[in-house]
Amino acid sequence: MITEAAAWGIIGLPLASFVLISFVIRPLLGATRLSGYVTVAAMAGSLALSVWALGSVTGEEGAIGFESHSWLTIGAPGGGLSFDLQIGILLDSLTAIMLIVVTGVSLMVQVYSQGYMRGDASYSRYFAYMSLFTASMLGLVLSRNLIQLFAFWELVGLSSYLLIGFWHDRPAAAAAAKKAFLVTRIGDFGFLLALLYIFYNRGTFAANGLNPFDIPDIHVAAGILGTGVVTWIAVGLFAGAMGKSAQFPLHTWLPDAMEGPTPVSSLIHAATMVAAGVFLVARMFPLFEHSAVAMNIVAIIGGFTAIFAASMALVSNDIKRVLAYSTVSQLGYMMLALGVGAPVVAMFHLFTHAFFKCLLFLGAGSVNHATGTFDMRYMGGLRKAMPITYVTTLIAGLSLAGILPLAGFWSKEAVLAAALNGEHAASGGVSALVFWMALAAVLITSFYIFRLIFMTFHGEFRGGVDVQPEVERSPGEHHVHLAESPLVMWLPMAVLALAAVGAGFLANPTFNFVGIPAHAFSEFLHEEAGDVNWVLAVASTVVALGGILLAALMYQTKQVSPKDWVRATGPVYRILSQRYYMDQLYEGFIVRRVLYGGLFRITAWFDERVVDGLVDLAGWSARSSGRALSMLQTGQIQAYGAGISVGVIAILVAYLTQQ
Amino acid sequence: MDLERYLLLSAVLFVIGMYGALSRRNIITVLMSIEIMFNAVILALVAMSRFITPAAARVPGADPADVAHWLLTGQTLAVFIVVVAAAEVALGLALVISLFRHKDTVDVTEVNLLRH
Repeated sequence: MITEAAAWGIIGLPLASFVLISFVIRPLLGATRLSGYVTVAAMAGSLALSVWALGSVTGEEGAIGFESHSWLTIGAPGGGLSFDLQIGILLDSLTAIMLIVVTGVSLMVQVYSQGYMRGDASYSRYFAYMSLFTASMLGLVLSRNLIQLFAFWELVGLSSYLLIGFWHDRPAAAAAAKKAFLVTRIGDFGFLLALLYIFYNRGTFAANGLNPFDIPDIHVAAGILGTGVVTWIAVGLFAGAMGKSAQFPLHTWLPDAMEGPTPVSSLIHAATMVAAGVFLVARMFPLFEHSAVAMNIVAIIGGFTAIFAASMALVSNDIKRVLAYSTVSQLGYMMLALGVGAPVVAMFHLFTHAFFKCLLFLGAGSVNHATGTFDMRYMGGLRKAMPITYVTTLIAGLSLAGILPLAGFWSKEAVLAAALNGEHAASGGVSALVFWMALAAVLITSFYIFRLIFMTFHGEFRGGVDVQPEVERSPGEHHVHLAESPLVMWLPMAVLALAAVGAGFLANPTFNFVGIPAHAFSEFLHEEAGDVNWVLAVASTVVALGGILLAALMYQTKQVSPKDWVRATGPVYRILSQRYYMDQLYEGFIVRRVLYGGLFRITAWFDERVVDGLVDLAGWSARSSGRALSMLQTGQIQAYGAGISVGVIAILVAYLTQQ
Repeated sequence: MDLERYLLLSAVLFVIGMYGALSRRNIITVLMSIEIMFNAVILALVAMSRFITPAAARVPGADPADVAHWLLTGQTLAVFIVVVAAAEVALGLALVISLFRHKDTVDVTEVNLLRH
C-alpha cells in the first residue's frame, strides 16, 4: 500500500526538478544537458511511484483513505460561518490512470526533448518549465479539494503559457501564448463562479456534516443540493473544462498553441492541459449525473466539437495544425462520452488517445527535424528516409482512424456504442443526435489523418524548407537533411507505438487475454462494462476505411483531384480554410467592435469624466478654498490682533453661557 | 474693599490697553497700550493673591513658614512680570528703531512684512 509521503512525492519530484533547474543549474551552469537528465530522472521516479499507486489502488473499493490536512481555517471551528480549507490526496482508480498517462507520456516526451531541443540556447529553461508543467498536472489529478484542484488548474494554465511562448522573441509565439492564456481564462471564470456558488451553499453542506470543497463530499452532496443548484455548479465547472479542453466555442487557442516547441504541443495534447478538462468532468461526474441539463450540454458541445474541429483539419496544410484540430475533435469525443453518461468510456478514450496523439506530434517533430518545415506541401516521400518515423506515425494514424486492432479502435467503438445506447436516461434524443455526429466525424478523421500521412511520407520529396517561400518559414535556422532522427527521438516514439498498438487490448479486451481479464479497464473503475457492439464496430470501421480510401485516391493515386473538389465546394472550402471565421469573429468583431468600440469606450469615458473628474474636483476645491483663505493673510498685525481678540471673546462667551 | 473692584479695574485697564493696541497707528503708542494691558494683568494677579491665598492658607495644621510663602507668591510673581515687561519693552523699542531705519516710518499699517 502506497504511503501518503510517496503520493506527495509524485508531485514533489517534478517540482523539485523545477526548483533545482531554475534556481541552481540554470544560474550556475546555464544551458547544460544536466537539466535534461534531471528532468528525465524526476519523471522516471514519478512514473515508478505512479505504478506503485496503481498497484495500491487495484482491488480497492473507492479511494485510499488519506486524511486531509487543514490549510486555512476561518472563524471558530464548528461555528455557523466557520470554513475549513483543506488540502489532501485523493487517490482512486481514476487518479491512478491519469497518473500513469501523465507520467508515462511526460517521460517519453522528456526523453524525446533531449534530441529535439539539443543546442537550444534556453535548454535549461525549457526543462524547468516542462517539470513545472508536469508537476502542476499531477497536482491537479491528485487534488482532494476543489480549491486545491483550482490552484493546480491555474498552474497548468501558467506553465502552458510559459511553454507556448517559449520562443518569446517570436511575435507569433508571444501572441499565441497570450491567446491561450486569455481564452482559457474565460472558461476559468465559469469555474470560479462554480466555486463561489458552492461556497454560497456551504450551509447545506455544513448541515450534513460535509466540507463544501472536499470532492468526495461534493459527490455525496450532489443528491442533497437540488437539481437547480447542481445544474449551475456543473455548468460552471464545464465552462472551465471547455476552456482547458478547447471545446467549441473556446477552441481557438489550441491550434495557435502550435507556436511552442513540438514536444510541448505533444505534452499539451496528450496528457497535460487538455486532458485536465475531461478529467475534471470525469472527477465531478457524480455531480453532473444529477443534472440532465448539464449532461445534455456536455454531450452536445462534445459532439459538435468533434465534427466541427475535424472539418477544419480537412484543409489545413500545417502538419501540427491538422493534429491540433484532431485533438480538439477527439476531446469532443471524450466530452460526448461523458455527456451520454459513460465516464469510463471517456477515460478509456483519453487513455488511448494520449499515446497515439503524443506519438503523432513526436512524429511531426521528427519530420520537422528532417525537413525544417511544418508545411506538408513541401514534404512528401519521407517514407524512405525516415522508416521508423513513418511506421510509428502510420500506427498512430491507424489508431486515430479507429482501425482494428489498434487502441483507438476499441475506445472509439466504445464511445460510439455509449452514444448509441444512450446510457443516460434523460438524454435519449441527444445521445442519438451526437451518435450521428460522432459517426460522421469518424469519416472525416480517417480522411484527414491519411491525407497527412500521404502528403508527408508518400510520393516524391518536394524540397522541404529550401523551396518554401521566405515569408512562410518559421523564424530561425532550418536546413533539410533527410535522415532518421537520433535514437533519443525515435526510441520514445517506438515505445509509444507499442502503447498505441497494445493499450486498447491491454486495458479493455473483450475476452480474457493473456492474463488480463475482460473489461479490465471498466472493472478497474468499478463500472459495468458494455459488450463490444460488433455491428457498430464493423460499421464504424467501414466508414473509417472509406475515409482512408478517399484520401488514397486523392493524394496517393491522384485519381481524384483535390483541386476539383476545392473548386466544386468553393464557399465551403473558403469557410473551412478560414476556420469558420471564428478568429475574425473574436478578434475583429467581439474584441475590436464590441469591446474596444463599445464597452471599453463607455468605461473609458466613465473613467476620464467621472472618476478623473471626482479626483480633479477634490484638488480644485482644496486649491480654491486655500486661495480664498489666503486673502485673510494681510500682514496687518492689528487685524490679526483683532481676530485673536474676537476669537478669545467668542470662546469666553461660549464657555460662560455653557455654565 | 472686595475683590470685584480690583478685578473690575483690571478689566477696564485691559480693555483700554487692548483698544489702544488694536487701533493706534503709531507703533510707540501700540507698545504703550500693551504695557497697560500688562499692568492690568499684574493688578489682577496681585489682587487674587491678596484675596484668595489667605483662604487657602487656613489649612489645619499647615506649617507657618509655608503659609508665609504662599502669601507672598503673587507679589513675587508680580515683581518678576515687571522685570520681564521692562525687558520686553527694551526689545520692542529696539525693533521700532530698526524698523524706522529701514522703512522710515512708525505707522504699523504701513508695515506688512509678516505677509511675505
